[in-house]
Amino acid sequence: MAFPADYRYTKEHEWIKVDGNQATIGITDYAQNSLGDIVFVELPKVGEELTAGKTFGSVESVKAVSELYAPASGKVVAINESLATAPEKINSDAHGSWMLRIQLKDAGEVSKLLSSDDYDKYVKEEGGQ
Amino acid sequence: MSPTAEVNTGLRKTALNAVHRKMGAKMVDFGGWDMPVEYSGLIAEHMAVRTGVGVFDVSHMGDILIRGPQSLPAVQHISMNDASKLQPGQAHYSALLYPEGTFVDDVIVHKLGDNDYLLVINAGTREKDVNWVRQNVREFRCHADNLSDYYTQLAIQGPKAVDVLRKLTNVDLTPIKNYWFTYGTVCGLPNTMIARTGYTGEDGFEIYIPSDEPTSERVWYEVLGAGREFGILPCGLGARNTLRLESKMALYGHEISDTINVWEADLGRYCKMEKGNFIGREALEKAKTAGLKRILVGLEMIERGIGRDSYKVFSEAGEQIGEITSGSPAPFLKKNIALAYVPPEYSQIGTIVLVEVRSQKVKAQVVSTPFYKRPKKEK
Repeated sequence: MAFPADYRYTKEHEWIKVDGNQATIGITDYAQNSLGDIVFVELPKVGEELTAGKTFGSVESVKAVSELYAPASGKVVAINESLATAPEKINSDAHGSWMLRIQLKDAGEVSKLLSSDDYDKYVKEEGGQ
Repeated sequence: MSPTAEVNTGLRKTALNAVHRKMGAKMVDFGGWDMPVEYSGLIAEHMAVRTGVGVFDVSHMGDILIRGPQSLPAVQHISMNDASKLQPGQAHYSALLYPEGTFVDDVIVHKLGDNDYLLVINAGTREKDVNWVRQNVREFRCHADNLSDYYTQLAIQGPKAVDVLRKLTNVDLTPIKNYWFTYGTVCGLPNTMIARTGYTGEDGFEIYIPSDEPTSERVWYEVLGAGREFGILPCGLGARNTLRLESKMALYGHEISDTINVWEADLGRYCKMEKGNFIGREALEKAKTAGLKRILVGLEMIERGIGRDSYKVFSEAGEQIGEITSGSPAPFLKKNIALAYVPPEYSQIGTIVLVEVRSQKVKAQVVSTPFYKRPKKEK
């Protein structure tokens, strides 16, 4: 599984892609694969504030619920509405299915996250592969 | 080296473990067993069984043979259904009870012959069940043998199951009624037990073949090959769970346990109080007179949210009244459903209750069960 090199990753399996002062956030392919068929995504509303490391929503598959953790702090400027009716998009394209876009509060938070190589090593250890 | 040899999980394995890994199944620890939870995806597997056919490795299930001149009175003593009504080749759903009227386990009792009964038991309760059965049949002239490791058990389930199995056997499957079984050659294996049973709410068969790896592997692939034209999918325990939940079939440790009695679990129709004495009968008699404190009901979520195992249930007034035992999105019904214990005054169809989903109270409604019932056969 390839994790895009221009994204950063959390140990809770979210990805973040920085684009100027803003960033998009989603969950990794590893996360969608462990969850299985995703049926429900619960996201905050536009205007709400995320705090790095704190939960901001949840994603549910048929068999499990998983909390979502903010990779960085910032105000929500957009959410991906299409996931409300087609959450299975995350299964087919996890790295392309952003959940929300935030206005970054502190770009320095992102550089502390895992690089794609480090995340790749991390999931290989976690998955016992 | 095979993948199985590299992964030493300390868990018990069926003869098909290496095959599951080779085929890319996602594996989980299920009651101490390393079992496939899904292959291609839970929803696809669930739908294959409802509309076509799927195959499950259920070799982790246990088998106890009770054999001897007093095997019938022994079975009558340890189980709640009336085994005297069974004919050779017939099976029924039953349960082993504690003297309190609560569950040791639920079982399928197969009458192999007049002195010969086969009990199919759950994986997680194997040792407990075997010890309990041995202890409680001691006063009868019979043996209780643990045959659990002798069989690879495959469940071929779905409306097309009969078409798949027909290609692999010389046995005429049509006359085998639901919960009956017979013996015949399957995949070249003579004297194979073929039972029209399952845990999916769908038509289907369970076959019991020798548990050596080469035989198990060969039959697994032959079933998949025969099923290809019907779109067969190998299925994991994930789909098995959602299929049984839609059909309101109990799961040990969830709907039934050593603290839940037969009446509460709504399984009275399998409990034959008039058949004579059996373990648990006296307590059940008393419990019936005393009245129920709680009963199992089906819930359908009517607001956004998924009720899951052990989520709390509240009355509309906000009082906690019970707990969900199993809850999940139902892939075929496309609803969020759950089974829960609530006081009888909340068991009326249409009653509105609240399910606590991560600190939010979400509306649900008591609905009639089973949630899903398979369509009647055309012929």
